[in-house]
Amino acid sequence: MTENGDATPLVVLEGVDKHFGSLHVLRDINLTISRGEVLVVIGPSGGGKSTLCRAINRLESIDGGTILFDGRPLPEEGKALARLRSEVGMVFQSFNLFAHKTILENVTLGPIKVRGVAKAQAEQRGMELLERVGIGAQAAKYPAQLSGGQQQRVAIARALAMDPKMILFDEPTSALDPEMVQEVLDVMIGLARDGMTMMVVTHEMGFARRAANRVVFMAEGQIVEENTPDEFFTNARTDRAKDFLSKILTH
Amino acid sequence: MDDLIKYAPDLLAGFLKNVQLSAVCAVLSLILGTVLVSMRVSPTPVLRAAGTAYVNIVRNTPLTLVLAFSALGLSDTLDVTFSDDPGSNSFWLVVLGLSLYTATFVCEALRSGINTVPMGQAEAARAIGLTFLQSLTMIILPQAFRAVIAPLGSVIIAMIKNTTVAIAAGYLAESAFVMKDTFDDTGVSIPIFLGIVVAFMIITLPIGFLTGWLANRLAVAR
Repeated sequence: MTENGDATPLVVLEGVDKHFGSLHVLRDINLTISRGEVLVVIGPSGGGKSTLCRAINRLESIDGGTILFDGRPLPEEGKALARLRSEVGMVFQSFNLFAHKTILENVTLGPIKVRGVAKAQAEQRGMELLERVGIGAQAAKYPAQLSGGQQQRVAIARALAMDPKMILFDEPTSALDPEMVQEVLDVMIGLARDGMTMMVVTHEMGFARRAANRVVFMAEGQIVEENTPDEFFTNARTDRAKDFLSKILTH
Repeated sequence: MDDLIKYAPDLLAGFLKNVQLSAVCAVLSLILGTVLVSMRVSPTPVLRAAGTAYVNIVRNTPLTLVLAFSALGLSDTLDVTFSDDPGSNSFWLVVLGLSLYTATFVCEALRSGINTVPMGQAEAARAIGLTFLQSLTMIILPQAFRAVIAPLGSVIIAMIKNTTVAIAAGYLAESAFVMKDTFDDTGVSIPIFLGIVVAFMIITLPIGFLTGWLANRLAVAR
């Protein structure tokens, strides 16, 4: 998991707590993500998976505990927080492509405005990334003209354009029509093979088995179980995980 | 009809002042309204409170009082003057009062536009490392503007017609004042009334059509 030889973990969460009003969505979360690791987070709805994912680039603030990214605590606000976010890619369930910008502009905006890359250079790199996710021919279109699967692949290219240290995927295939799920998963599996550090909230068992190094099972705001994909899916230790798996695997 | 033809040059000169006031106030109130809405949605509580207080006070004050305050309060009492020439000074006092007033309506139109932009747009903007101001100016406001072009057209049309109360700030050159002045010589003249109405409609009707057309053309597809 640490092929590049750097032994310090990329993300360390210690005793993280988070409430939404009276709802305790994250309870004493301790989790470490190594460089190059692909971590799949799985579990029932409302279990805190998305909140955990969003806490790592501070789209959600936390009430207690610490989150270290690349050895440093997450900045609370301002320029430092913007810089951290530019190093952590994020792919959303609902794509969230900038609706008034073309596909290519979606991919080049961050490099140009955040990194100060020259426009021509950003566009060249943007086109390379769009080709890589198979959307090169659509570069001049607007997001609403693309299918969901295409939009999500653009969103992945947009995240890659920032050369992030890791990418967070918050249920990236949950809003897609079934026939479009695989094209997005294929891109993600490619990224995993290339050594990208990824945290993926998903219900796609196939992806977890093929690409994940580790599976974390979350329910009621807690990490209930952590294991390798094979062990977890064939031989879950806790009743909560067995119960969950029996409901999603029997069909 | 003879009165209208006889006094047409004076009335036209007055109407051109309405057009001048409108042009300057439209630019200033759009800029100031954008600044105000940025304050109202900013993450800084002090800016939010200041923006909210300003909008609620100025928007709910009658325009004639805002203009009278510009002239009597600012200019006469506090000695805020734009020019030594009284005509020019009162022109800019009207511009000040009317822009400060119209900006509150621009702000509120834009704020409803911001509410049409899905939350995910701002999250995606922040997630690639844009600062608050960058997300606002590059992602949120461009989409918000497109959503409220038609209501902004109504705000501007109302503002153009509001230039006819400029006398409240002591400005004596625009068409409504010239009309009343003319009536002192001619008695009330229906053709003159109608002539001025038509002149305003020549400006305001196309604005209504243009903004309606632009609203459709520039609508953001989701």
